[in-house]
Amino acid sequence: MKILLPIAQRCLYAALLLVAVIVLNFSMLHLAPGDVADTISQSMGGADAETMERIRQDYGLDQPFLTQLGSYVAKVLTFDLGYSFFYNQPVTTLIFERLPATLLLVITAQLLALVIGVLLGVFSARNPNGIISHFVTLIALFGYAAPVFWTGILLLIAFSLHIPLFPVAGMATATLEGGFLVKALDVLWHLVLPVVTLSTIFFALYSRLCRAAMMEVLGSDYVRTAKAKGLTDRQVVMKHALKNALSPVVTLAGLQFSAVVSGAVLVETVFGWPGLGSLALQSIIARDTPTILGILFFSALVVIVGNLLTDLVLRMIDPRVGSKG
Amino acid sequence: MKRILQTLTLATALISVVATTAKAEEPKKGGTLVVAIQQTPRHLNPAVQSGTATGAPGAQLFAAPLRYDEDWTPQPYLAESWKLSDDGLSMTLNLVKNATFHDGKPITSEDVAFSVDVIKANHPFKTMFAPVTNVETPDAHTAILKLSQPHPALMLAMSSQLMPIIPKHVYGDGQDPKAHPQNSENVVGSGPFKLVEFKRDQHIILERYDGFFMKDRPYLDKISMRIIKDASARTIGLENGELHMVAFENNVRNINRLKKSANLTATPDGYAAIGPVDWLAFNTKVGKTADVKVRQAIAYAVDKNFILKAIMLGAAQQANGPIHPGSPLNDEASLKAYDLDVDKANALLDEAGYAKGADGMRFPLTIDYGWPAVKPQVEYVKAALKKIGIDVTVRASADFPTWAKRVGGHDFDMTWDTVFNWGDPVIGVHRTYQSSNIKKGVIWSNTQQYENSRVDELLEQAGKESDPAKRKALYAEFQKIVAEELPVYWTNTLPYHTIYNNKVGNAPKGIWATSSPMDRVYLK
Repeated sequence: MKILLPIAQRCLYAALLLVAVIVLNFSMLHLAPGDVADTISQSMGGADAETMERIRQDYGLDQPFLTQLGSYVAKVLTFDLGYSFFYNQPVTTLIFERLPATLLLVITAQLLALVIGVLLGVFSARNPNGIISHFVTLIALFGYAAPVFWTGILLLIAFSLHIPLFPVAGMATATLEGGFLVKALDVLWHLVLPVVTLSTIFFALYSRLCRAAMMEVLGSDYVRTAKAKGLTDRQVVMKHALKNALSPVVTLAGLQFSAVVSGAVLVETVFGWPGLGSLALQSIIARDTPTILGILFFSALVVIVGNLLTDLVLRMIDPRVGSKG
Repeated sequence: MKRILQTLTLATALISVVATTAKAEEPKKGGTLVVAIQQTPRHLNPAVQSGTATGAPGAQLFAAPLRYDEDWTPQPYLAESWKLSDDGLSMTLNLVKNATFHDGKPITSEDVAFSVDVIKANHPFKTMFAPVTNVETPDAHTAILKLSQPHPALMLAMSSQLMPIIPKHVYGDGQDPKAHPQNSENVVGSGPFKLVEFKRDQHIILERYDGFFMKDRPYLDKISMRIIKDASARTIGLENGELHMVAFENNVRNINRLKKSANLTATPDGYAAIGPVDWLAFNTKVGKTADVKVRQAIAYAVDKNFILKAIMLGAAQQANGPIHPGSPLNDEASLKAYDLDVDKANALLDEAGYAKGADGMRFPLTIDYGWPAVKPQVEYVKAALKKIGIDVTVRASADFPTWAKRVGGHDFDMTWDTVFNWGDPVIGVHRTYQSSNIKKGVIWSNTQQYENSRVDELLEQAGKESDPAKRKALYAEFQKIVAEELPVYWTNTLPYHTIYNNKVGNAPKGIWATSSPMDRVYLK
């Protein structure tokens, strides 16, 4: 009961926040000059006045703003995100078609970055002035500072062109015949370069944060006590210190949930990865309002749920979180 | 001795010519062609969606009555022969007898009539079939297009991607053809390839249609169209051999880089009908640019050579008029190049009554642009016009609709623009210069608000003149007038290139590039 009440409260806030997000996004998109009739006409090489008027009528763009907003909010509340103007497909279908690709990319990159980042963070914290520690710092700063599209293209030039190990774009070989295993391996093969590229940013964050937290914890009294008790180095670091040092890392990892959309846009574009990021970019370029709104709604949902989950995990790792006094 | 040598060389040359011809005549069958396309098409039905994104897969899925070769000569396709009546008011198409749709049903004149109706009602290029009043179908393999006036543009309008023949028994089921579910999946086409799979932002897989009416065609088993939006990824894919071909490439740095590769061929051939022309457009109604002398002065001050050499890096062609230089209707003699002449530009502005102020400037102007690729041109215009005392402010737009709203709403002095010819001038050229097409809010209408009654007259006559020589003369006079009055200042064609691996035989170099059937393409 003690844990349920704050969760219910937070769910209510979350719902209100979502409605605010919908209204705000809709209004902001409406403020932008021009509409999808222009981009459809662009994709067709020009259209006459009559065709453009028909497009606007078909999509209800000739209605007053408040009517449009009202009918959109009403639809979203019944979990209907509408039809994509550009593709004439339900937005929910479009999003769920793309979601698996993005989840695969982002989660793999996150896990890779998290594991390597924490390990190297711990390692360099124990030897803060060692050569490896400096090396890790250097790599981390470089990974963080370099724009991902640049890292991506460099990796492509290196490992697709000069040493042709990996494919240039896409998620699977389109014409590949074979069973599940063959296809899964094919996807893995396509996954390598985008994951490495995307994890460079996360890696920097996790390793630096873990290193700092670990150094602080290692200098604290209870660690000294544990050492004095005669515990092995391994036990002290892994059991006593790491558990406390992980807490900020977990918070950060939770916040990175938003990267399901934002962080992946560039990587998905460079590698032609058919995920939500490339859908977002495409729909912004095409002024495909229902799709943009759908993706924004969906990512707001993901961020809010992600924060809720982070909170729960933190409570489990550290009982002090959330308890008063 | 010398003579013998000469004969010998000649003989070897002859033999090698014969040998290569013989080799070229024997296309190999089978294989999968991997092509990269830059955009995901909205859907795959070119009857209701124009543009190059739908055009490339569309021309494989659907056959048209005619196709064109590299010299603008119409060739039989679904129509084995055609005949225009002497009064130019009815076009009889004799369809091939053995053509079938991908579901096995025969292609008949009913389908031709249906396709014309759908295109007329839904395709954005209204001028293509506007004079067609009805289509008569005296028997299953004869379709007669009845016209309200002679309409020479009809020939190009009946080719490739502009007039796909779609099955009445599928798309005539009462649903809106623009939103028909079978536009993207289970497409029932009439062309050399049928649809296997269309995954947005990933690929379109096409497979040989075994029932295709042309004997032994298509040569390829499959075409895999991979959707790759990133130009660098496409370049690397061509270089490492993952891709066989990329069409509509217009990134000049990548084109020049790929030209150097020994395994690849880069050709600008195949874009004359699509005909993209880059220009600097003027507001001819409001502001300083309403004065023709100001427009001419700007033309003399903006150096086409600089744009061609420094910005296009030699990959684009010079354009001096409204009709693409590759079109047979382009008349270079009627045009004026406006070679760089700063003194003349200054003199024209003095004549127009805009003297230089104390700071050396005459007046301010704005210039718009709608997409990032043309920013260099716009920045160059700003620098070039400073030399003749025009202070140019560059107005960037956040995206295409923002720009379209400004320019379509006639709220501009100058803008950079690229407009496509789309085959016949009636389809893609008239719209920019006819005063009847000044339509506020519509991008790529006559947004310059250019009005000249003689031009209106000439275009109207040229639109219905059946005699090719007379038609060409009408367009020549039109070109002469607009080259003098400059509603827009044409600089160059888009540097579109088709780049293909040398393993590809019969690469599509006809006037519609990859938006034409690839039934003759093969892999060596």
